[in-house]
Amino acid sequence: MSAFVIRRLLQAFLVMALMSVIVFFGVNVIGDPVYMLVSPDADQAELEAAIARLGLDRPIWEQYLLFLQGALRGDLGNSFIFGEPALKLIFHHMPATLELAFSALFLSVVIGIPLGLYAGLYPDNPISKGIMAGSILGFSLPTFWVGLMLIMVFAVELGWLPSTGRGDTATFLGIESSLFTADGLSHLFLPALNLALLKISLAVRLTRAGVREAMGQDYVKFARAKGLSTRRIIFVHVLKNIMIPVVTVMGLEFGSLIGFSVVTETIFAWPGMGKLLIDAILQLDRPVVVAYLMIIVLFFVIINLIVDILYSILDPRVRLQDQGA
Amino acid sequence: MTDISADTATVDETAKVETPFQRFRSEFFESWIATGALFLLGLIIILALLAPYITPQNPYDLGQVDVLDGRLPPGSEAFTGYTMWLGSDGSGRDLYSAILYGLRISLAVGVASGMIALVVGMAVGLVAAYAGGRVENVIMRLVDLQLSFPASLVALMLVAILGKGIENIILALVVAQWAYYARTVRGTALVERRKEYVEAAQCLGLSRTRVVFRHILPNCLAPLIVVGTVQTAHAISLEATLSFLGVGLPQTEPSLGVLIANGFEYMLSGRYWISVFPGIALLLTVVSINLVGDHLRDVLNPRLKK
Amino acid sequence: MKKMTTATLVAAGALMLGAGAATAEKLTVGLASETTSIDPQFHNVGPNNALSLHIFDRLILQDERQRLMPGLAVSWTPVDDLTWEFKLREGVKFHDGSDFTADDVVCTFERAPNVPNSPASFATYTKGKTVEKVDDYTVHFKTEEPYPLMGNDVSTVAIISDSVGCGATTEEFNNGTAAVGTGPYKFVSYTPGQSVVFERNEDYWGEKPEWTEVEFRPISSGPSRVAALLAGDVDVISGVPTTDITTLEGNDDVALYQGPSNRVIYLHMDQFRENSPHITALDGSEIKNPLLDVRVRKAISMAINRDAIVDRVMEGVAVPAGQLLPDGFFGVSENIEVPAYDPEGAKALLAEAGYGDGFAMTIHGPNDRYINDAKIAEAIAQMLTRVGIRTAVETMPRSVYFGRASSGSPEGEPEFSFILVGWGAGSGEASSPLKALIHTFDKDAGLGATNRGRHSNPDIDAKIKEALATVDDAKRQDLLAEATEMAMDTVAIIPTHFQVNTWGTRKGLAYAPRTDEYTIAMGVKKTN
Repeated sequence: MSAFVIRRLLQAFLVMALMSVIVFFGVNVIGDPVYMLVSPDADQAELEAAIARLGLDRPIWEQYLLFLQGALRGDLGNSFIFGEPALKLIFHHMPATLELAFSALFLSVVIGIPLGLYAGLYPDNPISKGIMAGSILGFSLPTFWVGLMLIMVFAVELGWLPSTGRGDTATFLGIESSLFTADGLSHLFLPALNLALLKISLAVRLTRAGVREAMGQDYVKFARAKGLSTRRIIFVHVLKNIMIPVVTVMGLEFGSLIGFSVVTETIFAWPGMGKLLIDAILQLDRPVVVAYLMIIVLFFVIINLIVDILYSILDPRVRLQDQGA
Repeated sequence: MTDISADTATVDETAKVETPFQRFRSEFFESWIATGALFLLGLIIILALLAPYITPQNPYDLGQVDVLDGRLPPGSEAFTGYTMWLGSDGSGRDLYSAILYGLRISLAVGVASGMIALVVGMAVGLVAAYAGGRVENVIMRLVDLQLSFPASLVALMLVAILGKGIENIILALVVAQWAYYARTVRGTALVERRKEYVEAAQCLGLSRTRVVFRHILPNCLAPLIVVGTVQTAHAISLEATLSFLGVGLPQTEPSLGVLIANGFEYMLSGRYWISVFPGIALLLTVVSINLVGDHLRDVLNPRLKK
Repeated sequence: MKKMTTATLVAAGALMLGAGAATAEKLTVGLASETTSIDPQFHNVGPNNALSLHIFDRLILQDERQRLMPGLAVSWTPVDDLTWEFKLREGVKFHDGSDFTADDVVCTFERAPNVPNSPASFATYTKGKTVEKVDDYTVHFKTEEPYPLMGNDVSTVAIISDSVGCGATTEEFNNGTAAVGTGPYKFVSYTPGQSVVFERNEDYWGEKPEWTEVEFRPISSGPSRVAALLAGDVDVISGVPTTDITTLEGNDDVALYQGPSNRVIYLHMDQFRENSPHITALDGSEIKNPLLDVRVRKAISMAINRDAIVDRVMEGVAVPAGQLLPDGFFGVSENIEVPAYDPEGAKALLAEAGYGDGFAMTIHGPNDRYINDAKIAEAIAQMLTRVGIRTAVETMPRSVYFGRASSGSPEGEPEFSFILVGWGAGSGEASSPLKALIHTFDKDAGLGATNRGRHSNPDIDAKIKEALATVDDAKRQDLLAEATEMAMDTVAIIPTHFQVNTWGTRKGLAYAPRTDEYTIAMGVKKTN
């Protein structure tokens, strides 16, 4: 197992190196960040001075080598715009995104699985049809549109919840998060729901498909024949079996939650890494874009690793090995 | 998604004399929702194709668009005489015309990226399944890796690097999506490869290519179609999202996504039509594709048959 | 639906006001653009400069119309052609209790141009000046040439403390240890992307601000910002989108405050290439650059319906422009009228210049920099197409746009032929746009630095240079106005409109609109 983990991490570093090259050179092609950074009052001399201060006067390959040199020491460069280490900025923004993504994941499981279970058990019931139609809508509505609608209804019209921003934070077990204060939770709810919408639909559909498939299988028929109560069959046997694919997929979707948080964070002015990334992209803050990617690659590799390990615990038939699925 | 590794070969033993296509057709049209969705989708595609002939304005010709016609509510009359049944957007584009033209672009982006990703993914998946061993290993690691990144993020980064423009969006969507197809094809192909008919074909001394293309591939099509519809719908909404984030298609030739993103600014202003109508058009398109895809999955997956 | 909306809003508003009473002294502001540093000398950019005004004073302050007022200096006068004497305010204390003296001024002007990693330093304002301490409360600013804009330049530089600020890094400012100034507010906390919090400086030397605590929150999405104001989560927002102004005007729970900015939106035209890359004949063949002909430039200006842009695109929230700064600014000419919309006249002038059949051209512009920039470019293209200049539109994010517009061609020259840009006169007077946009591009002298059309006219250049060396205010004012008239006469650039900025507040508050577009807590007052 440790060999497996090590190999996975090695692969991650390979990908990170590759990504850094692509992004480093790619961002450089788009445009020159200096023109948007300097004050319009600046003359040519000041422009050149700024280029030199940011190290952009060197040839691009030399800049890349310098970046690599720094990266080996754990320094991914300073943000052009904030003047602080890019890594520090990202770690600063990370808790906000993580709590948002975790809450969304939580919401999608708590809302999605029961609905999916119901729809799977009574596929012909009108309520089930409604649930499924709703899940299609959830898939199809653009996130940004839903986000603003949520603000309009719950914050502006009804005034129940705050419209934007992150609430007060508190520290619990050494973790500082807005999950631990009432104010924080009230700020968190709408963006988390917005982000969760797609995943709720996904959980509904996965669970329903799983239930429908399981209900036709021999072990369920057998359990029925043995006279077990329907309740027991569903909650002990069926649910246990369908949890495996659901957990896997939802775990993998955690990554996509972080990816999609870019949109949600923009609308809800949520101070997370997604907002940081889109701003960095729009302002060509190359060190931040590159550092974000490095972190995210590492992050996803770790998520996958955890999912694989969880999987092997939930389903003993699966052995950890590096062969494709 | 590998659960669609359909046992399509388990033919219904009760064998009425029906070709597989006829059976598929009758099963598909059993659901009136799916039937409705299919007709709606057909209608949308026809409207999009006919756009230049059935709209009063070419919204991409700046000679025909007048800013003085901007933000008119539905039913207003434009300066040039025709009635804007759905109102106009901030630049003076007739929304009815702009939506149909935008549909063309959105559909084109969705379908083009879907088709290219399908071909690329299919080729990669088949190679992996048939070559096996080391090649397969490397390819599938690559696929897994790609899949572990959210498509939205991959597309966002790529467009950020490549810049705006329709080709770049399509390219970004292809890169973000090919892996889904590759995995599906490989999964199905692996199942098919072990089937007797393939062994039989090999025993007959048929060439590898012939076996792959004439025998294995057709059997992979069903799940591919399902993945294809879902991914196309996904591509269309992804394009809208990218446009919202400001890295999508150019303003002057708006896709549905750009129209909605532009309308987003007007959402609090009471000029609901600027974002709502394009939003409905996008919603109908994506929902109908998804409904069709959803039902296709049920029909094509024999394990769910009653 | 609409009725219901208003009713619920009134109810929500009442609740909000009730809740507001207990914490009436705290002000929450939603900002359109994020502040990127607390270090006042790290990045010379509007949002940062506005924020730093709370903690740090300047020697000279600018009022909301950018007129100069005494700050930490009580007077500034030229002693001779090359020396300005600044008398400093006595008895002012930094937030840490230390006294403000000439040493702080000297070290401030040493640090300002030399902040490491600074993407845009204050060297623009400090260059050519040496600061000498005469006594604890007198300093001399020396220049090599007569320099009338001393006051304007000095008013941009935030005074930091010799003991904790001058040797500090940007990070030390951001974490608060070096964020010690003499300003009306003290630093409390800074969470990047989330909030900046200040508390009132009870010992402030000047007018004490109304709010005991101020929180700034960046909310970059326009509709979200408006929603936050409507929901009562913030008290003030900057940058109210033009699209929402009509609805907000009809809402009794919010108040809007508008004022013209110092920013002119204008068109730069390629006047240095015989063949301009984005201009062709209608059939796509190469033609001699028509923009070299003043009649064509004039025709373009006449073909643009400025009122339509203001009414339709800007929803009435802008002022049609015929020169570089709005009325009331220093150096503005009273003889210039906004060019009238005259499409027939434009066609006739084009025909006279030999372009009766028109030609084809592309307008380039940013799509995320100025208010409604992409829509303006589109409207202008529509108008030009109507007089026969078939105009295509290409807009792009500013990250791509400005680099290409300044030096995107293979020779490192401006890439485009016809561009939409804006210019905010940071100094609040006409020499700023004249020397940057109109003066001949002269890399060594640092003049014409942003002259992307490369218009060049020796007579105007001479006039601008004369103005820049004239210390007498009345004389300089006339020279600047004359230079502007000459530039508008040859249509060196085509101004279209001045941006008007809109702030929104909850009912019961008022904001004094600033021409420099800054949003500052000191400008927010209670109205009842």
